[in-house]
Amino acid sequence: MTAMTGAKMVVQALKDQGVEVVFGYPGGAVLPIYDEIFQQNEIRHILVRHEQAAVHAAEGYARSTGRPGVVLVTSGPGATNAVTGLTDALMDSIPIVVLTGQVPTFMIGTDAFQEADTVGITRPCTKHNWLVSDTDSLSDVLHQAFHVARSGRPGPVLVDIPKDVQFASGSYVAPQAAKTSHYQPRRKGDPDRIAELVAAIEAAERPIFYTGGGVINSGPAASQLLRELVDATGIPVTSTLMGLGAYPGSGPNWLGMLGMHGLYEANLAMHDCDLMINIGARFDDRITGRIQDFSPNSRKAHIDIDPSSINKVIRVDIPIVGDVAHVLEDVLRVWKSRGRRTERDALAKWRARIDEWRRVDCLAFRQEGPTIKPQYAVARLEALTKGRDRYICTEVGQHQMWAAQYIRFEEPNRWMTSGGLGTMGYGFPSSIGVQMAHPDALVINVAGEASWLMNMQELGTATQYRLPVKQFILNNERLGMVRQWQQLLHGERYSHSWSESLPDFVKLAEAFGAKGIQCKDPADLDDAIMEMIKHDGPVVFDCLVEKHENCFPMIPSGEPHNKMILGDASTSDAIGAKGAVLV
Amino acid sequence: MSALKIEQGTSKHSAYDLRSNYADVNERHTLAVVVENEPGVLARVVGLFSGRGYNIESLTVAEIDHQGHRSRITIVTSGTPQIIEQIKAQLGRIVVVHDVHDLTVEGPSVERELALFKVTGEGEKRVEALRLADIFRANVVDSTLKSFTFEITGTPEKIDAFADLMRPLGLQEVARTGVAALARGPL
Repeated sequence: MTAMTGAKMVVQALKDQGVEVVFGYPGGAVLPIYDEIFQQNEIRHILVRHEQAAVHAAEGYARSTGRPGVVLVTSGPGATNAVTGLTDALMDSIPIVVLTGQVPTFMIGTDAFQEADTVGITRPCTKHNWLVSDTDSLSDVLHQAFHVARSGRPGPVLVDIPKDVQFASGSYVAPQAAKTSHYQPRRKGDPDRIAELVAAIEAAERPIFYTGGGVINSGPAASQLLRELVDATGIPVTSTLMGLGAYPGSGPNWLGMLGMHGLYEANLAMHDCDLMINIGARFDDRITGRIQDFSPNSRKAHIDIDPSSINKVIRVDIPIVGDVAHVLEDVLRVWKSRGRRTERDALAKWRARIDEWRRVDCLAFRQEGPTIKPQYAVARLEALTKGRDRYICTEVGQHQMWAAQYIRFEEPNRWMTSGGLGTMGYGFPSSIGVQMAHPDALVINVAGEASWLMNMQELGTATQYRLPVKQFILNNERLGMVRQWQQLLHGERYSHSWSESLPDFVKLAEAFGAKGIQCKDPADLDDAIMEMIKHDGPVVFDCLVEKHENCFPMIPSGEPHNKMILGDASTSDAIGAKGAVLV
Repeated sequence: MSALKIEQGTSKHSAYDLRSNYADVNERHTLAVVVENEPGVLARVVGLFSGRGYNIESLTVAEIDHQGHRSRITIVTSGTPQIIEQIKAQLGRIVVVHDVHDLTVEGPSVERELALFKVTGEGEKRVEALRLADIFRANVVDSTLKSFTFEITGTPEKIDAFADLMRPLGLQEVARTGVAALARGPL
């Protein structure tokens, strides 16, 4: 135990936890901590331009490295601005540690300047949070915060530190000496259930793996084990938006993403399977469509580290609570020891049926005429960047779905997108966090112009730290997904879904000291993309695309998987009255 | 393109109403939740119920181990079997929750609630109130010439029954503690 001030303890605890980068924004209630940051060189602080962006940057950092992202912001507005990012991280199970300043303990409750009930406001949007009332307990709480953020189902935590606690002296405990938390989620799955799952795999005639973000969160070993299991059994695999990259997009058993805008073959296979093995996904409503008709004839297994995910929306037959990597290791071992059996003939028939669905070629589009189709833009981006050391972020909307459909992910942790909360404005700051973690990698944010404008101030951050992030904006001058729903659902009354006064993105980039590129001719697209890639610095790429393109395939809300619509021809009355009230 | 025609009453079919393929019978369950007694822990538990739309029929909380800083929260809730399972799982993942026990399914248990009743009246009604209190083994803890305050302990049903009887006899005010419950047997 060493005596030091609370502010110094914060920096010491971060170092002891192996933190290299902090994303933050100073203010009155965190000045003592900023003073300590000034006086050291081990931890890098990245000054963002808005606290929401600090949290998204930390999320990008965390998603691309598997290590917790760290945020430091001030009290009051600093903390309230972080709320969207915290909620985003909670929904997508991203480990982040947010440190907020607070007014001094003796002023709490007096409506002091920049006071907010931070732990009260963030209680429902963190995995756990703490208000530290004395300096002696500070280091212990900080170490616990990292433990909770990382353990079990990862998530955001927040530590609220009053200013007098930062100034006062107390004794510092190192992580090894910190109080051990009783919070120790179970990692090993129940062996009886695992044996049951193996028996189900052996007997299944139309099995499918349905994987999610839990595979990524479990760590690289989980993805390796998944690949081994999938390829050894020959069972087709699909994934949620969050799980892309766990199984390689070029792999022989890959079906593509499933869900509302998932691939035809993936959704039909989900609907018609006789054994569904959910690995680290949570039967989100974007995946299931109409619950009553969700995969009606299958037995369902569910591997999840969070017991509350199991039987929440879909009743499963084989629940397995545990960490994906631990459970898959056991499944593989048991399956091998029992003779590596599968129903080979039935599986071959099942794969042939899937191949028929594949031939529908649901992602086909025709690039013709003088305007760039957004699908074409993403497809060309994919073609010109694949094979590189590449990370893809997205904002939220049509472009996000096109990115998920047309870009192939070969490795986990390469895909940063706001899945659960659907936060417009996530992608740009997230790309900054990714680039900080991977300075030499090609980091691209596939964006829509409306989402991107929500956190465009981060151009300042990108240029200040010379982060060569590429902002690939599909500019349709519309809120594309909103416009699509208004077309399908609200009688083509396009209420407030277009932007009348968009900026000149090239000039905007230049105003911040970044490079701007505009492209509107399909013939110029490849050269323009190459120019973007080659530029050593942040680039804003304004790609003017077809304004009224819809994102297909689509399961209309309230419909089951086998009622997908594939293109504009079949969209009238796509969404019924009951579906209309769903989001 | 289809016009938006939402049938009467369908607006409540929000995304939260997707569970309808399960048994719709509501059950009443008594949960005992042992928590770390730290600031905000009750808000976490209550916030979980309000945030996810679960019912709280009654709730009691007090520290039960001063040295170990443990509190016991007894919650009476109701919902379909699936919702009850979900409530328990959600409670279990709160970081400062140590244990969740469903006393309703984990074997026999005793449930007791304490209530105070203020009853005012004169003449025969006053005598009748006292007589009924005796039958229910309620104690008089305060009295004036025009009123009694009864203290009664028992199951919530017994207290409900007592309230029904006192109402025509001049019941003015009721204070109830909510249920405290323990499993029967040695451990």
